[in-house]
Amino acid sequence: MSKEVLYGLYDDENDLFAAIEKAKAARLDIMDVYTPFPVHGLDDVMELSESRLHIAGFVYGALGTLTALGVMTWVFTRDWPIIFGGKPYFSFPAFVPITFELTVLFAAVGMVVTFYVVCGLGPFGSGATILDDRITDDKFCLAFDTTGMSQIDVEKYSAFFDGTGAEVNRKTI
Amino acid sequence: MHHPVIAPVREPLVQGRKSYHQITEDICSPTEKVPGVAWVAGFLVSVALAVFGVVCILLTIWNGIGEWNLNRTIGWGWDITNFVWWIGIGHAGTLISAILLLFRQKWRTGVNRAAEAMTIFAVICAGLFPIIHMGRVWLAIFIFPYPNTRGPLWVNFNSPLLWDVFAISTYFTVSLLFWYTGLVPDFATVRDRATGIRKKIYATLAMGWTGAAKHWQRHESLSLVLAGLATPLVLSVHTIVSFDFATSVIPGWHTTIFPPYFVAGAIFSGFAMVLTLMIITRKVLGLEEYITVGHIESMNKIIVLTGSIVGVAYLTELFIAWYSGYVYEQFAFYNRALGPYWWAYAAMMTCNVITPQFFWSKKLRRNVAFTFVLSIFINIGMWFERFVIIVISLHRDYLPSSWSMYSPSWIEVGIFIGTIGIFFVLFLIFVRVAPVVAIAEIKHIVKGAGDQYTGHDADQKYKDFYNDVKSGKHTNGHDDHH
Repeated sequence: MSKEVLYGLYDDENDLFAAIEKAKAARLDIMDVYTPFPVHGLDDVMELSESRLHIAGFVYGALGTLTALGVMTWVFTRDWPIIFGGKPYFSFPAFVPITFELTVLFAAVGMVVTFYVVCGLGPFGSGATILDDRITDDKFCLAFDTTGMSQIDVEKYSAFFDGTGAEVNRKTI
Repeated sequence: MHHPVIAPVREPLVQGRKSYHQITEDICSPTEKVPGVAWVAGFLVSVALAVFGVVCILLTIWNGIGEWNLNRTIGWGWDITNFVWWIGIGHAGTLISAILLLFRQKWRTGVNRAAEAMTIFAVICAGLFPIIHMGRVWLAIFIFPYPNTRGPLWVNFNSPLLWDVFAISTYFTVSLLFWYTGLVPDFATVRDRATGIRKKIYATLAMGWTGAAKHWQRHESLSLVLAGLATPLVLSVHTIVSFDFATSVIPGWHTTIFPPYFVAGAIFSGFAMVLTLMIITRKVLGLEEYITVGHIESMNKIIVLTGSIVGVAYLTELFIAWYSGYVYEQFAFYNRALGPYWWAYAAMMTCNVITPQFFWSKKLRRNVAFTFVLSIFINIGMWFERFVIIVISLHRDYLPSSWSMYSPSWIEVGIFIGTIGIFFVLFLIFVRVAPVVAIAEIKHIVKGAGDQYTGHDADQKYKDFYNDVKSGKHTNGHDDHH
């Protein structure tokens, strides 16, 4: 389903912050904000909840730890026990390096895959519509979804941009 | 959130009063132009070296390891020397991108992208050697533990050689993911400037990146956790490589100092290679305002620190050999310094211990030409360090009847030269197709750490910041990642 988007482009992140505050005060629904680089404080102003990606990372890491320890223990105590230099079959200190590496590997790969999935990013998922080519360069974008709005409402949103220093555009995505 | 102006307090990390758009232009333009003569010449030479190396590898595989001059006493020669040398070089990238991120060192943003790329290419070169050394390379898959029809016969999880397999493959994977995830927003920048087929290619590479606030938030969270994971990882990799030696009973290898000494040496050689490459790259691509003399100085400080750690480790080894009272250990170190391979030991000592001490001088740290020459010395010195550890320790066996000497065949030399070719082919392709400096990260720091910020409230912000510093509220600008 296509969306009607009304968006304003700012030259500086401080103008963007001011505009977001003004939009919040006017109780306007912000669709999203797009920036060329991570602007700190934006998640506070937009009241975005903290990312839970690191929790996922911990779970993947724990999975890696258990996988490594489990497989090595099973192989060396059950499946094919071998005596190396008279040491016990379950020689835990020797298992530490591989356990560590697999913990890191699982956590990193899992988090990266999760990141791409939750953000809807991917080599063939590049259908994401770019509102304006300058957003990845030097413009800071504040976007409103005006799909199905009456003319009066759209004008209310357009009027909001007056005096905020924005370059205002509309686009159907 | 609001960036105080700290340029008067610290040397600016980005020079030339850049606007956001100018940063995009400066960093993207090398990927959009027809390559210059220097690039083409460098690329052709690198391809020629790589092809020569591949021929030598094929001869080794076709005829067997007998093409090399290894013998019963000296079973590891140039192959493992080159492996450890390359893997050491592959340590600077992740150190810069991960450890310096955790230490809030903002100068890392100028060099992290290229250093990470270098890391990945160096690990590729390193990984070739153990595989070729197996002889029957088609059985290389045997090093992974997978259910098989040979019993199943498992790998030996107690062996440092197997730990190496896990350490290096994990290191390669994590470095690649970290590097690529950082590249995605910058590929989007290139995509939005491109037209035609280039736009399609970069759209695929950028994976549909839009720059949405929530995506940036997750991207930052991901980068920080990956940095946290990569920090112990980078320290573990060379630690485990050193276990290959330290867990054996060869005099000269069986030393507990090896893990920290190898890690320091790896960072030392990695920074030397980063300097060698970046001094050329910044010149050829005209990025002197992003990779400044200040950056070179910072890297030289790490060189003098890690070089000194390596020097102390060398002396500690000598002391412990004497103090141990163990004749074989004493002989191993006496023989290193005064035996038939004394010249390799002398080259190692000169290049690794003496030359970095020049960097105590600020004037020399900031001298680009001098740094370039010294970085080459360190690259050579660190190669000799591995040669000394491996070949000199092996060539005098416990039984004098087994004593032997070793010099490489032209095929062994050819494979080494070939990996240098492969490394430069990959690096030269990288500088043509990807932004060499992390665009989004530079834009992120430019207001706080560049010398360009001239907005209407610049004066007031500087005063506020100055008062905050005086009253102890800020120590260094704003909080980088939280």
